[in-house]
Amino acid sequence: MSHADSSALAHQFDSLAQQKESATLGMWLFLCQEILFFGGLFVTYLLYRWRDPTAFAAGSHELDIVLGGFNTVVLIASSLTMAMAVHSAQTDKRRQLVGYLVATGALGIVFLVVKYFEYSAKWHHHLIPGAGFRFEGAVGGRAELFFSLYFAMTGMHALHMVVGVAVLAWILKRARAGEFGSHYYNPVECFGLYWHFVDIVWIFLFPLLYLIGRHYHGGA
Amino acid sequence: MIAHEMPKSHYLNAEHGLKSWLLTLDHKRIGLLYLLGVSFFFLLGSAFAMLVRLELLTPEGDLMSADAYNHVFTMHGVFMVFFFLIPAIPGVLGNFALPIMIGAKDVAFPKLNLLSWYVFMTGGMFTMYGLLSGGVDTGWTFYPPYSSLYSTSAVLPVGLGVFINGFASILTGVNFMVTVHRMRAPGMTWFRLPLFVWGQYATSLVMVLGTPVIAITLVLLVLERLFHFGIFDAAKGGDPVLFQHLFWFYSHPAVYIMILPAMAVISEVIAAFARKRIFGYHAVAFSSIGIAVLGFFVWGHHMYVSSQSVYAGVVFSLLTMLVAIPSAIKVFNWTFTLYKGAVALEMPMLYAMGFLGLFTIGGLTGVFLATLGFDVHVHDTYFVVAHFHYVMVGGTIMGYLGGLHFWWPKMTGRLYSTFWGKTSGWLVFVGFNLTFFPQFLLGMQGMPRRYHAYPEEWQVLNVLSSAGASVLGVGLILPVIYFLWSLRAGRVAGPNPWGARGLEWETSSPPPTLNFDEPPVVDHEAYDYGPPTDEPAAGAAPAGAR
Repeated sequence: MSHADSSALAHQFDSLAQQKESATLGMWLFLCQEILFFGGLFVTYLLYRWRDPTAFAAGSHELDIVLGGFNTVVLIASSLTMAMAVHSAQTDKRRQLVGYLVATGALGIVFLVVKYFEYSAKWHHHLIPGAGFRFEGAVGGRAELFFSLYFAMTGMHALHMVVGVAVLAWILKRARAGEFGSHYYNPVECFGLYWHFVDIVWIFLFPLLYLIGRHYHGGA
Repeated sequence: MIAHEMPKSHYLNAEHGLKSWLLTLDHKRIGLLYLLGVSFFFLLGSAFAMLVRLELLTPEGDLMSADAYNHVFTMHGVFMVFFFLIPAIPGVLGNFALPIMIGAKDVAFPKLNLLSWYVFMTGGMFTMYGLLSGGVDTGWTFYPPYSSLYSTSAVLPVGLGVFINGFASILTGVNFMVTVHRMRAPGMTWFRLPLFVWGQYATSLVMVLGTPVIAITLVLLVLERLFHFGIFDAAKGGDPVLFQHLFWFYSHPAVYIMILPAMAVISEVIAAFARKRIFGYHAVAFSSIGIAVLGFFVWGHHMYVSSQSVYAGVVFSLLTMLVAIPSAIKVFNWTFTLYKGAVALEMPMLYAMGFLGLFTIGGLTGVFLATLGFDVHVHDTYFVVAHFHYVMVGGTIMGYLGGLHFWWPKMTGRLYSTFWGKTSGWLVFVGFNLTFFPQFLLGMQGMPRRYHAYPEEWQVLNVLSSAGASVLGVGLILPVIYFLWSLRAGRVAGPNPWGARGLEWETSSPPPTLNFDEPPVVDHEAYDYGPPTDEPAAGAAPAGAR
């Protein structure tokens, strides 16, 4: 066992293979937990959308489909760079690993910045739920629930992005120190799983919040 | 009697100083940290229980106002449910024993394990802050719209505390599941696992899949309270009953987070003191998984009378009754294990026997309550209170105390006083029944829960109940004293004071930091006690399989 191997092996494990299997299984279980966490929001969305589809359609007309679409592309691109980062770690391409991690983090930050502009536009249009909520249009105040869910769902997603960027910074620091390579790349791979998961949540959020019912112009 | 000596070096004296405890990665030390934490919250919860019983001594609300009473029973419920019953057995006994029982050096993620304790304590501190800033009066169930729009009590800090504490559960669950999957010693196949491990595994499944749902529910409640999101506000098109659905989607399975680990302990104790392999090992193992899975499909039985469709009610009623099957499988198999066993009524066994009787009463009254018509009659009465205390106290606390008495010599290397132990055991059993049996009768007569005053004709039963609570209180304080005393003056236990089988009894007491001097290899079934029983040798899984 080389020096690099023994330093990567934690005391409770017998082999790096066992350590890697454990970390991967643990990450998948954590993601199961995340599915149930977002599941509560998706169930709420389904129920309320089913009860009042016109209000939801009217609400979704207020969302900026260009910014939302742009962010979708940004996140899909970041998943690509993340996958390339894992591949680089597996194939000992350490400079590329650092490059791809930086790219992933940059794309994540772009997403959050765009999200900030979307949120502040909602603020200016009085679309934040609560006492200040105003909605022009036939459905009136009924649209508030749509925006509550919009902020709860995209807010929880953005929070996961913030955590992701923070963890990414830590992974990047370790990558620059040359910790990862074909012998040991668990943290990069597990972080990749998390990043893809957060990406997939957005892949569901985007059509549910921005797209479905856009063609619907019913007034009631 | 063989005079044993304490091993020279073990996990307790491997390192010294406060820092070595606060930064420990050793699952056994983390188990003891959990013991400190849950004991503290148990004490707090008990104090509130005593205040409840004191108020109910007389029909008039003379000790405290209705409002103060609301705070008191809520804080009792919050501390007991979230900070004692849920973390107690996995946190203390699971952390201590599970890795040793599967022949591992530690859990798969020791740092996450330590983190889970800190998260648990942080959640506890938030809740304590909520308590000090006036407490909560919503009931431990936090139902909106009262909790979201009207209550002026400290819903936010307490809700956040419970939210944070949930992550401790999730971390423990993930850790245990990975540990059982990946850290078993060579030869420790799935069907050679002690049933304690099966029970903890099933519990972990519920922790991982259930807890996130209450987390998001509490997030929504906080958003509702802070920013008036309206998701649970009927005036804005939201639905307060949705909160109940989401809340019970976690909180009913949470009942199985509390009882499954207790059942897991009982399997170990009964095998050890009947000197027999658990009858129907496979059935008991799979019944744990069965309870965990079924537990996710019964939440609607909490909403028979809150506008849920009656057809949904019928389905939930049937599904709830199905839980009785795996539960009964366990109880019958434990009883059959006793049959022709060499039963020794040692200290932990007293609790196991208590568990069998009390859990059976708690479980059967659960079937009553699952029945639609009957539930409408006793809904929100003391019948419900008595039922879940028979499961939570008669089941979980009996299991917890049984396990603590079982593994205490392994944790500390010393034996406690059997005389005081048995005295305490009997006080707990008698005090418990005296406290909660009258509440079944009160409930049948229609006494509603959560009121600080009641008509005079119910005073006799309430006085009995309060008297029982004092006996129970004495019974529960005694172990604190004789356990602490045993640390100084207890007889040295030796590696296997009970003559039990299992890897944890093959290492020294207290065990070394990495649990075993030689990595264990397993070549036999669990509970291979003495002369063979009639039961066929089960689980012919290949040796050496991981």
